[in-house]
Amino acid sequence: MKRGYLGEFEEIVLLTVAVMEGGAYGVAITHEICEQTGRAVRLNQVHAALERLEDKGMLKSEMGEPTAERGGRRKRLFTTTAYGRRTLQEIQEVRESFWAKLLNPFRPATSL
Amino acid sequence: MSPPRFADRILQFFCSPDQLEEIQGDMHEEFAWQLRRVGERRARWRCWWDVLGFVLSFALKRRSTEYSTTHLTNPIMIRNYFKIAFRNLAKNKGFSAINIGGLAVGMAVAMLNGLWIWDELSFDTYHQNYDRIAQVMTKETEEGTTWTNNSMPYPLSTELKTTYRNEFVRIVNGSWISEYILSAGDNKIARKGQFLDEEAPDMLSLKMIYGSRAGLHDPNSILLSASTAEALFGKTDPTNRAMRLNNKIDVKVTGVYEDLPLNTQFNEIKFVSPFELWVNQNPWIKERALHDWSNHFLRIYAEIKPGDTFDAVSARIKDAELKNLANFKEQAARTPQAFLFPMSQWHLHKFKRGMPDPEPLRMVWMVGVIGGFVLLLACINFMNLSTARSEKRAKEVGIRKAVGSVRTQLINQFFSESFLVTTLALLVALVLVTLSLGWFNNLAAKQMTMPWRNPWFWAASLGFIVLTGLLAGSYPALYLSSFQPVKVLKGTFRVGRFASVPRKVLVVVQFTVSIALIISTIIVYRQVQYAKNRPVGYTREGLITMAMKSNDFDGKYEVLRAELKNTGAVAEISQSMGKMTEVVSGNGGFDWKGRDPRRGEDNFGTLAVSLNHGKTVGWQFVQGRDFSSKLASDSAGMVINESAARDMGLKNPVGETVRWTWSRTNKVLTYRILGVVRDMVMQSPYDPIQPAIFYLKGHNGGVSNINIKLNPAVSIRDALPKVEAVFKKIVPLVPFEYQFVDQEYALKFAAEERVGKLATFFAVLAIFISCLGLFGLASFVAEQRTKEIGIRKVLGASVTNLWRMLSKDFVVLVVIACLIAGPLAGYFMDQWLQKYTYRDDIAWWIFAVSGAGALVLTLLTVSYQAIKAALVNPVKSLKSE
Repeated sequence: MKRGYLGEFEEIVLLTVAVMEGGAYGVAITHEICEQTGRAVRLNQVHAALERLEDKGMLKSEMGEPTAERGGRRKRLFTTTAYGRRTLQEIQEVRESFWAKLLNPFRPATSL
Repeated sequence: MSPPRFADRILQFFCSPDQLEEIQGDMHEEFAWQLRRVGERRARWRCWWDVLGFVLSFALKRRSTEYSTTHLTNPIMIRNYFKIAFRNLAKNKGFSAINIGGLAVGMAVAMLNGLWIWDELSFDTYHQNYDRIAQVMTKETEEGTTWTNNSMPYPLSTELKTTYRNEFVRIVNGSWISEYILSAGDNKIARKGQFLDEEAPDMLSLKMIYGSRAGLHDPNSILLSASTAEALFGKTDPTNRAMRLNNKIDVKVTGVYEDLPLNTQFNEIKFVSPFELWVNQNPWIKERALHDWSNHFLRIYAEIKPGDTFDAVSARIKDAELKNLANFKEQAARTPQAFLFPMSQWHLHKFKRGMPDPEPLRMVWMVGVIGGFVLLLACINFMNLSTARSEKRAKEVGIRKAVGSVRTQLINQFFSESFLVTTLALLVALVLVTLSLGWFNNLAAKQMTMPWRNPWFWAASLGFIVLTGLLAGSYPALYLSSFQPVKVLKGTFRVGRFASVPRKVLVVVQFTVSIALIISTIIVYRQVQYAKNRPVGYTREGLITMAMKSNDFDGKYEVLRAELKNTGAVAEISQSMGKMTEVVSGNGGFDWKGRDPRRGEDNFGTLAVSLNHGKTVGWQFVQGRDFSSKLASDSAGMVINESAARDMGLKNPVGETVRWTWSRTNKVLTYRILGVVRDMVMQSPYDPIQPAIFYLKGHNGGVSNINIKLNPAVSIRDALPKVEAVFKKIVPLVPFEYQFVDQEYALKFAAEERVGKLATFFAVLAIFISCLGLFGLASFVAEQRTKEIGIRKVLGASVTNLWRMLSKDFVVLVVIACLIAGPLAGYFMDQWLQKYTYRDDIAWWIFAVSGAGALVLTLLTVSYQAIKAALVNPVKSLKSE
């Protein structure tokens, strides 16, 4: 297999980190996903996914600045690695090639 | 406003340290955000929900430290743990030997006790239908006291077999158990047996070697136990061979069953014959007993249906007897209630005079508790020695940590050491138990075997290893491993002043148990000795007795007597009802001049004897005279014992008239008291003497035993063959089986002597184990204080000073133990003595001797180490290290 396998949720998390460009850490990512997808995502799920992605080398992290809201604790800020970005891109390409082959593209539903 | 503090704590506990900060931070931030969004209450809820999520995910996957380590269960590490453990054991050979040896002895004792208890609890489980077999009994109430009865009237069995047939799978009638002469050809042996209905072999699931369980179908048949069959017929198949019971009943062997194990109630019987045969041999049953509800002579065994309970069936058959007692007013007044007495309770919950007898179960408890205590002592040793030694290993911990050991590795290291020791101890214990089992069986009168194939045995052993290993290993493993290497290695580390307190407490516990056991042993021995020294009232020496088991003796007595006396080997011979060591018959219905009308029913031992009985057994007359052959009127004479005279309230009983009314027939016999004899110990030597009367002729049957007083001038070895020759000549069909009365008498002490021997055994082991531990501790202390002793010597302390200093600590502990053990043992032994009417007092010197003994042992144990340490040249001890 050419690239590391990514679960659907992992893909979303990876994508969110990429979108947030440096400001990505546990709570912020969770809120972003909730807002964008409308899913009820739990903090521990996001943490687990982040940890897995870091293990796979698609994310890297460093400790950020402490804030008062966090009781003086630091955030772990995540950024995507080149490998992570390439993986996202490949996924996107695979999908686009499939969409292009679709003979009858779905039409947006206009009525019931 | 911040999230619940407890939630924080939980995270701290579960979360791996390297992730804690970010996760907790996220939690706090999330909480603050939710607080603004949905309010405090729901924010808290969400917070808990998140924490729960984290905890669950951590439970599945946890990284314990910030650094990666060698995997803890790595085979190389495990091998290393054991290698180090072995090296440690080999380095301290003395300690290891004490540790392993002491623990092994304790485990061996616990195992023996466990086997004993197992044997008691598994009584009767040999029978496949064990949990469905019961004996039918009745409960009767008279004047507020309830008693139980296991002799049933015949019509009750008929009733159960007809009206209540649906309640049972099988109902089996049984005769009482008695001894019979079995003869096949020239072979004659006496064995106990029982007559049972033909379904009995199925009910008892007898394992047939020859023949089949249907063998009792033929009324003149007999099933033999394997050992009985071998004694009679040798190792051949005896089926269809003819033999005789009591030299008159012809029966045919129809089967041989595997011997019932010693721990079954039916082990007592060695052969089974059909109940029908018994009925045929005893015509009175058919004549009078078949419909008589007042004639109690039958044993009834029942097997209930699978799934039914004894209680339920008991409730349903409750009135089986009572509702038929219309013509038996007196009996009905006692409201007999039938019930089932389950086989599982026969051994440990039997009835004694109507009440459940607590003794057997108490004995089981006692053995269990003692076994537990001895094991506890051994465990205490083990713990004391390993904790004492572990302080020396603080440096080792420091160095190990400095070179990079992780705490868990140290914990594993210490645990593997303690597990290694317990495992080795278990192996030694197994060897010890295997070797001593024969001896222990002898002592406990049992047939126990090592349950090598019993999974429970192995589970218990394994469980014990784990428990002891954890207990003993936990102190070094959990406490020592927490030391900071810097402190330990710099030498600023000190074990606290109170570190030795638990150890001291444990030593006190050990010695309390040991001393209490010593005290108990002495008291048990003295009680037995006291009863043995009781004046017996007759002469046992050279007195033999034999039961007249068959009719062959009828009319032969006078010839026997004359012939026996002719041999010169016999001084005197007499007949009596029962042996001298039992009172087989007791009755009421007596009246005499001046009898207190308020007296309740008398219960006098009523024993028929022949002329010359007094001379044979050596009656000691206090007043009056023996029966005389010259006076015909003596056939209406009576000799009473002192207790009877006292009980009757007669100052000068000789010459008084006693009337004895037989309640069943209202026939009256009138006696004149001829003499009073000294009380004789015929029953339990611990009980008061039962008032007893002796006469030549009475209501209650005749004599059943022959007593022979051997001529003291002839040695027993010469006398017995002569006696035997006479018996062979006159009653050739009866085996010459006799008992020595003094041996029979000694049997009365068997139970107590057994308890005494067991107690000695345990006390010796307990004190041995305790001293072993003390020895180890003393050597440890001496070693620890080597430098101090050296300095003291340099400053002028004498060997005596040092010896006193080193011994003092231990002596104080033992004295404390004495003070606790004395009252404790005194209290419990007083309770134990209460069950004996004829008992010894607990003398104060018992406590003094036990305490002094324990002190002397302690001093001997400790002194060896103390003096050794005190004699060391200070130059050497101060130069060391």
